[in-house]
Amino acid sequence: MLEVDQDRARADHPHPQHAFVITLRVNDEDHRLAVDARTTLLDALRDRLHLTGTKKGCGLGQCGACTVLVDGRRVVSCLTLAVMNQGRSITTIEGLGQGGLHPVQQAFIDHDGFQCGYCTPGQIMSAVGLIQEGRTRSDDEIRENMSGNLCRCGAYTNIVDAIKDAIAQGTDPREAMTQAVEAIRQDAEQGGA
Amino acid sequence: MVPFAYTSVSDPLAAIERAGGGTGVEYIAGGTDMLQLLQEGVRAPLELVDINGIGFDDVSVAIDGVRIGAMARLADVADDPVIRERFPALAEALHESASPQVRNMATMAGNLLQRTRCLYFRDVTMPCNKRAPGSGCAALGGQNRVNAILGNSAQCIAAYPGDLAVALIAADAELMVRGPTGERTILAENLHQLPGDTPHVETVLKPGDLITAIWIPIAAAGRRSHYLKVRDRATFEWALASAAVSAAFDDDQVLEARIAVGGVGTKPWRLRHVEELLTGQRLDRALAREAGERAADGASPHEHNAFKVPLLKKTVERALLRIAGLQGDEA
Repeated sequence: MLEVDQDRARADHPHPQHAFVITLRVNDEDHRLAVDARTTLLDALRDRLHLTGTKKGCGLGQCGACTVLVDGRRVVSCLTLAVMNQGRSITTIEGLGQGGLHPVQQAFIDHDGFQCGYCTPGQIMSAVGLIQEGRTRSDDEIRENMSGNLCRCGAYTNIVDAIKDAIAQGTDPREAMTQAVEAIRQDAEQGGA
Repeated sequence: MVPFAYTSVSDPLAAIERAGGGTGVEYIAGGTDMLQLLQEGVRAPLELVDINGIGFDDVSVAIDGVRIGAMARLADVADDPVIRERFPALAEALHESASPQVRNMATMAGNLLQRTRCLYFRDVTMPCNKRAPGSGCAALGGQNRVNAILGNSAQCIAAYPGDLAVALIAADAELMVRGPTGERTILAENLHQLPGDTPHVETVLKPGDLITAIWIPIAAAGRRSHYLKVRDRATFEWALASAAVSAAFDDDQVLEARIAVGGVGTKPWRLRHVEELLTGQRLDRALAREAGERAADGASPHEHNAFKVPLLKKTVERALLRIAGLQGDEA
């Protein structure tokens, strides 16, 4: 049962509702907020939680400016309702850098991967999702798999360079996890010796 | 967006009960087309039933075929090793649909049921018989470059936009449907209907019907297949013309063939007469060309989309050359 159903049960409204009190887990923090059934995840993030790093572009899933990670996968937050995202883990651009810039953010700066910057949070979130998917074996593959993010300034060339650099810097989370597991194993071996 | 109520269910029967009761109650799954339609005021349901909790999201392989859960996300099915190896046309159609973000969200059944990209269907200020029956068709005398050349009626020339449905026809796929009166099976080919005088009726599904799975019989796994999509830009765009071709060969002789095309018909379009032309013949360049030439038989283009006739012919020819191993991409 989703929490939305629990709320309904508590409120003794067995019928479908137009408004809900929901809990969204964003950047490892639970937020309780009141939303209309119509509220998109994007609008909830920006207007209710004031996480304005996620940008609103077309509102129709065509530009990718609103890209966030839901349960680790990149999605466009304009094409899903907030109420549908309870119980999921949402990561926005604000949640990327823990105490500093995320390597993909740093790579975008180093390679001048933007001009006006409006599409940049979406580009970066999409790049993080892409690197996790591992579809980065060639420039063409990176371009193909970044096609859900438009940049009207035309910074595409530098965005591809930034993504390649971020990968070269070893930000592939799968690689990082493999390294972490290996480190834990070595620690355990040393502890047991 | 017009206000609507929302409920979520984890039991498919509860979902069917809610949606089968009457008009105005709709399912929402991936939401990628529904949210666009809601944002633009094209659809105004009274209630949305969120079915993301019902399951039906796995790919399972049996001895006689593959069962794909209707709620499986496009990205997951496109990457499934069995789908990639055995049903390349299906994997290609999925990989070339939408954007990576949308493929992570959209479901298989939702993709089949996506609505047309006709400019006038999505613009509520314009007449559209599909959106508002009896209001007229603005595409007939308007911007109809993306519209259909096959299956048109005097009321509607909206093209069916999807890729997956086209690939499924070439794979002999069946849809498992559960509804208020029980379960039944529908051939993927029979899901969509011609617009005729009722363009607002797009499929054979009734209120409350829920597609639970897609079944692909093993026969399709033994055939060579390819999905070729031609569009205005290299990626993240709907097809202007596409072809799903699937054929079983004995050496270079075609034993049986399936040809379906997209982006050109008012529904996903099977080319039976082209299949018959190929069957029993040696698939060489001449035959591929002849098959391509027949692909647009019966086409009725309008002011801005006559280019789709030669485009469709060449798309079918190229796709056939590809499965024949004839390096046909320069055809």
